[in-house]
Amino acid sequence: MNPVNYLYLSALLFTIGATGVLIRRNAIVVFMCIELMLNACNLAFVTFSRMHGNLDGQVIAFFTMVVAAAEVVVGLAIIVSLFRSRHSASVDDASLMKL
Amino acid sequence: MENLIALLVAAPLLGAAVLLCGGRRLDAVGHWIGVLMSTASFVFAVILFADLLGKDAEHRTLMQHLWTWIPVESFQADVTFRLDQLSITFVLLITGVGSLIHLYSVGYMEHDERRRRFFGYLNLFLAAMLLLVIADNYLLLYVGWEGVGLASYLLIGFWQHKPSAATAAKKAFLVNRVGDMGLSIAIMLMFTTFGTFAFGPVFSHAGDASEGKLTAIALMLLLAACGKSAQVPLQSWLGDAMEGPTPVSALIHAATMVTAGVYLIVRSASIFNGAPDAQTAVTVVGAVTLLFGAIVGCAKDDIKKALAGSTMSQIGYMVLAAGLGPIGYVFAIMHLVTHGFFKAGLFLGAGSVMHGMNDEVDMRKYGGLRKYMPITFITFGLGYLAIIGFPFLSGFYSKDKIIEAAFAKGGTEGWILGTCALVGAAITAFYMTRVMLMTFFGEERWKNQPTRSPEAPSAEPAAEHRGEHAEPHPHESPKVMTIPMIVLAFGSVFAGGFFGIGDRFLHWLEPVTGHSEGDSPLSAGAVTGATMVCLVIGVGIAYAMYGRRPVPSVAPRGSLLTRAARRDLLQDDFNHVVLVRGGEHLTRSLVYVDHTLVDGVVNGTAASVGGLSGRMRRLQNGFARSYAVSMFGGAAILVAATLLMRAV
Repeated sequence: MNPVNYLYLSALLFTIGATGVLIRRNAIVVFMCIELMLNACNLAFVTFSRMHGNLDGQVIAFFTMVVAAAEVVVGLAIIVSLFRSRHSASVDDASLMKL
Repeated sequence: MENLIALLVAAPLLGAAVLLCGGRRLDAVGHWIGVLMSTASFVFAVILFADLLGKDAEHRTLMQHLWTWIPVESFQADVTFRLDQLSITFVLLITGVGSLIHLYSVGYMEHDERRRRFFGYLNLFLAAMLLLVIADNYLLLYVGWEGVGLASYLLIGFWQHKPSAATAAKKAFLVNRVGDMGLSIAIMLMFTTFGTFAFGPVFSHAGDASEGKLTAIALMLLLAACGKSAQVPLQSWLGDAMEGPTPVSALIHAATMVTAGVYLIVRSASIFNGAPDAQTAVTVVGAVTLLFGAIVGCAKDDIKKALAGSTMSQIGYMVLAAGLGPIGYVFAIMHLVTHGFFKAGLFLGAGSVMHGMNDEVDMRKYGGLRKYMPITFITFGLGYLAIIGFPFLSGFYSKDKIIEAAFAKGGTEGWILGTCALVGAAITAFYMTRVMLMTFFGEERWKNQPTRSPEAPSAEPAAEHRGEHAEPHPHESPKVMTIPMIVLAFGSVFAGGFFGIGDRFLHWLEPVTGHSEGDSPLSAGAVTGATMVCLVIGVGIAYAMYGRRPVPSVAPRGSLLTRAARRDLLQDDFNHVVLVRGGEHLTRSLVYVDHTLVDGVVNGTAASVGGLSGRMRRLQNGFARSYAVSMFGGAAILVAATLLMRAV
């Protein structure tokens, strides 16, 4: 199969993720959309790795996974404590940091 | 022998340092340290002079290189001294007359509690002036030049508790700054033209430079000379400088300071010789000043201010002679030296009179003092005869030569300058006779005067702690004051003859300044005759006005010219209207420009940045998703830009 198709898929996933981040209010969904974008990138990396015949992309993909795992831990903790204090997981409610 | 040259400056400089840093523990002996140091300098000068006399006329130049002061590529400022016939003449005058004035001050300043400091300043003055005349390059000369300005400021304002003295000191300093500017510009021009400012190379290359450049340098030097030598238009400080103690006036007028300008012009002879236009300017300045000072001197009732006018006028003669070129250089210096003797004697005499008269300076309150102060009378009288050019006294030889040289300039110019000089001689005779008659002859106007009138100018504040006497008791001054006056009187009588007879002075200075005889339309005898006629006319008019009639003790209103001359021919009014008012208007308009234009730009920038950021802050709305849009947009733009760059 032509590896370019993977790139199309990756672009599609990234777009879905970005759209989700921009238009959804629920923090959990926004968070999952971010994960989606990260994975879209991973897919692109792996594809490029395959296309160019070297391992750099694979290494970066692993690296991204590690970062994503760490990010999930911190992000979920924030969301949980936010929900506890406000009884809402809407990102628009947390808008105190402004002039 | 060369190594002695630095000691000339070092001795008074050391004296100044010791006296000014030594503190009160030196109060008891400070004045003698001052006298010792200046006398030491005089002794060194005499030794060096004897050494120079022993050499051939062509080899009478001693150089001493101490160290290189500022070495930057081609800019080499050395501390090098040059002692030639011209320098040693000045050095002898400065240290000789200066030492006598130091000695005199011991008596004159006896009751002043800051006498030690006074001697420190006097020594500083001598050191600066000596540095000025023995420097071998213009930059070192400039150091001495500024030192003289500083010392004169300190001394004129010595009684700084009097507002008038403090103001006079500031005025002298400020007016001198204008001249100093001229000298510094001249040095810069010299450096760009010749690539150096050492005397030797500048003078030997002066012939190669274009006349325009030489004229520019010479005019700047003239400006400098006008400032230090109190020539029109920078003459206004000299009259006010009388606020200083009388020995300071004697020092400024006879030995130091005002002679610096004449020295500068004569020293730069090679530059002036190549710039005839500048020479004409010098003669015009000299001629105008000699009449200006003489007219001012006629109207003053303050004995010191009358003498100040006279100094201005006599320096005018010297500048006139210096402007004549090689015809006049030698005579300018000769008149400078003889003037140093008689003017110092006259000022010390005036100080002695004031000393005996409770520091009264108004000549209308003097009169008949010859009986009470015989020594002062005789020495002052000899100085008087010398300055008016009485036959066979000092002034006769030197002034006569200048008048002769002015006619020898030739053409219409020579006639005009010569006539000015002759008229000046007549006015000199008039105002000096007036001073003499009002002070030493006539009725004793100081009797029956219970107190001084409050508006009488009080130059000497020492009277305040000596206590106001009901009536002055004129008395002769102590020996320490009269001895210098007697020595100076000898100089006033014999110096001119010694220099003039057989052209001794001419042969002495000729190798440095050069000399040429002009073709005078009048014979020397005719000029001398004309001078004598002028002398008799001046003395006669003064005798008719002040000798035969009693002198009123309150000044009459006088004619328009008299009133103008009393106000120094409106020099201060002119300066006030043109420079002070002009300056005020200039600053006001600059302030307006600053407020509107400069501040407008600054405030406008600040306001627009403020307004813009006020709008920008609305972007900070707290919604995470709108931040995400900014990030996304920014990232998209970056990616697009990267792609675009690659495509290109």
